Amino acid sequence: MSRLPGLLPELEVIRKDFPILERALAGGNPLVYLDSANTSQKPQVVIDTMVDHLERHNANVARAMHQLGAEASEAFESARDKVAAFINAPSRDEVVFTKNASEALNLVANTLAWATGDLAIGEGDEVVITEMEHHSNIVPWQLLTERKGATLRWFGLTDDGHLDLSNIDELVNERTKVVSLTWVSNMLGTVNPVAEIARRAHEVGAVVVVDASQAAPQLPVDVVASGADLLAFTGHKVVGPTGIGVLWGKREVLDQLPPFLGGGEMIETVRMERSTYAGIPHKFEAGTPPIVEAVGLGAAVDYLSAVGMEAIHAHEQAVTGYALEGLATVPGLTVLGPLDATQRGGAISFEIEGVHPHDVAQVLDSRGIAVRAGHHCAKPAHARFGVQSSTRMSSYLYTTPTEIDALVEGLEYTRSYFKVG
Amino acid sequence: MTDQDLDALYQEIILDHYKNPHHKGLREPFEAEVHHVNPTCGDEVTLRVHLDGDLVSDVSYDSVGCSISQASASVMTDLVIGRKVDEALAIHQEFLTLMQGRGTVEPDEDVLEDGIAFAGVAKFPARVKCALLSWMAWKDATATAAAAEPVETKESNR
Repeated sequence: MSRLPGLLPELEVIRKDFPILERALAGGNPLVYLDSANTSQKPQVVIDTMVDHLERHNANVARAMHQLGAEASEAFESARDKVAAFINAPSRDEVVFTKNASEALNLVANTLAWATGDLAIGEGDEVVITEMEHHSNIVPWQLLTERKGATLRWFGLTDDGHLDLSNIDELVNERTKVVSLTWVSNMLGTVNPVAEIARRAHEVGAVVVVDASQAAPQLPVDVVASGADLLAFTGHKVVGPTGIGVLWGKREVLDQLPPFLGGGEMIETVRMERSTYAGIPHKFEAGTPPIVEAVGLGAAVDYLSAVGMEAIHAHEQAVTGYALEGLATVPGLTVLGPLDATQRGGAISFEIEGVHPHDVAQVLDSRGIAVRAGHHCAKPAHARFGVQSSTRMSSYLYTTPTEIDALVEGLEYTRSYFKVG
Repeated sequence: MTDQDLDALYQEIILDHYKNPHHKGLREPFEAEVHHVNPTCGDEVTLRVHLDGDLVSDVSYDSVGCSISQASASVMTDLVIGRKVDEALAIHQEFLTLMQGRGTVEPDEDVLEDGIAFAGVAKFPARVKCALLSWMAWKDATATAAAAEPVETKESNR
C-alpha cells in the first residue's frame, strides 16, 4: 500500500517507544489499540522517568529541607515549566496541577460559586455550555447554576455534528457570566471554533472556560490564541500518567478566584481565627500534590513536543481520513459527527444497523481490537442524534493504517457474526 | 479472548431471543413499574409487574441495550410469568448465582431452561451487569407490587 500523506515519517520508530503495543492478547492476537481518546498509551520515557523519580528522588515537595526534598521540588516545578511551554502559557504560575480534567473543571465551577465581585454569579445570570459536552463539563455547571439560582443554557448541534451558532448573539448576552465548551468533542470528533465563540463571550464580559481534554493530545495548543480565560486538560490522554490534570488560567482570573480546597501548601500563614493564602498556582494546590504523576506528565509533554504537535496533528488527520474512508465501505454503518477529516479530531463514533455497540466491541475484542462502546460520558450528545450509545474508535500518534484495516475487517466480521444484511 | 469464548458468550439461544424477544412491550394491568439503567453503558429497561395474588401474572417491558441484556429480559419473562412469586424468586436466585459464579457454576437446565445459555456470560465480568439488568428490575418491581397487594389476599392464597 502506498504511504498516506501526513503520516508521521518515523511511525515504526514511534511505535517502538510504546512497549504495550508489542503485547499479544488472548488467542495470540496482536493488540490493535483504538481507544486513545479514552486513555493514551505511555512511551518508555514516561515510564522510565517516573521509575527513576521514585527510585532516586522521592521526597515531599516544598516542605522537605533536605537534598531529596530539593530534588523532588525541582522535578515537580520543572514539570510545571514543561507544561507551561507545551501550552504556550505566558507564565508558569498560571499552570495549576489537579487530579484530572474533571477536577480542574469542578475547581473552576466551585470557586466561581464562591466568588465575589465581578466574577460572582447569582439569580438572573446565565451560564452557557454546549450539547456536545462530556458529562464533566455539564454536571459542574448544573450544580453551580442550581446552587446560585442562575440559568444554564447551551448551544445546540446541527445535523452534521457542528455547534449551531445561528443564535450566538441571543444565547451569549449581557446576562452571560460563563461560556464553557469543549475544544474537540470526545464523541463527535468536532473541532469547535473556540476563538470565535470566545470573542463573542468577551464582548459581553463572560469568562471563557475551555475543556481541552481531547484537543491537547492532538492539536498544537496556544492558550493565548485560543481565547480561553481558563483551560483544562488531563495528563493520561497526552501519553502521561493518570492522577494528574492541568488547569491553566489567566493570572488576573486565577487571582480573583477564591481558594478551592484548604490545607497545606495553599496558605501564606495560618492563625486559629483565619488564614491568608499563597499566590497562584499554590493557592489551588492544597495538600501533597501528585508528584511523580506531574514528573511523568512533564516527560510526556516533552515527548510530544519532540515529535512535534503539528506533525502529530497531521498524522491524526491522515489516519482519521483513512478511517472515515474505510468505515464508509461497511454496509449499514453510520458515522456520528462531521465526515470531513479536516474538521474533526481522531475520535470517530459510529453505529452499525442491527448490532448493539457492546456487541460490536465484544467481537472486535475477540480479535485484539480495543474500542469503546457506550455513551462515552456524552449522553446528551447521543440523545441529540437519537441514539442510546455508539462504538468509538480513536487513534493517536502510534496508530497505523494497517490497524484501521484490521478494524474495518473486524466490523465486516461482526456483521457476519450477527448475521446482519 | 478467543473465538471459542466468543461463541460461548453468544449462544444461538441468546441471539434468537435477541432477534425475537418474548413478552416485549408495556402492558396493563400492572401494580408496579420500575426503570433501571446501567450507568456504565446506558442500557435501560422499563419494566412492569402484574401480580394476581401470589402469582406472577404478567411481566412486560420496554428496553434498549445489547444482545445480552435484551435476550436476558426475554428469557427472564419466559421463566417467571405464570409462576408463584416464591418460585420465581428462587429462579432469580439461581440465575444470580450462575451470573456471579465467574464461569464455575454448572447451570441446572430444569430450573433455568433457556437461561443456561448465559453460563458463558459469567466469564465476562463487564457483561454480567447486562445480563442482570432486567432480572434486578423484575425483583425490584415485584417487591413493590407485593407490598401494594392487600395482606388478606396474600394470606388467603397461601
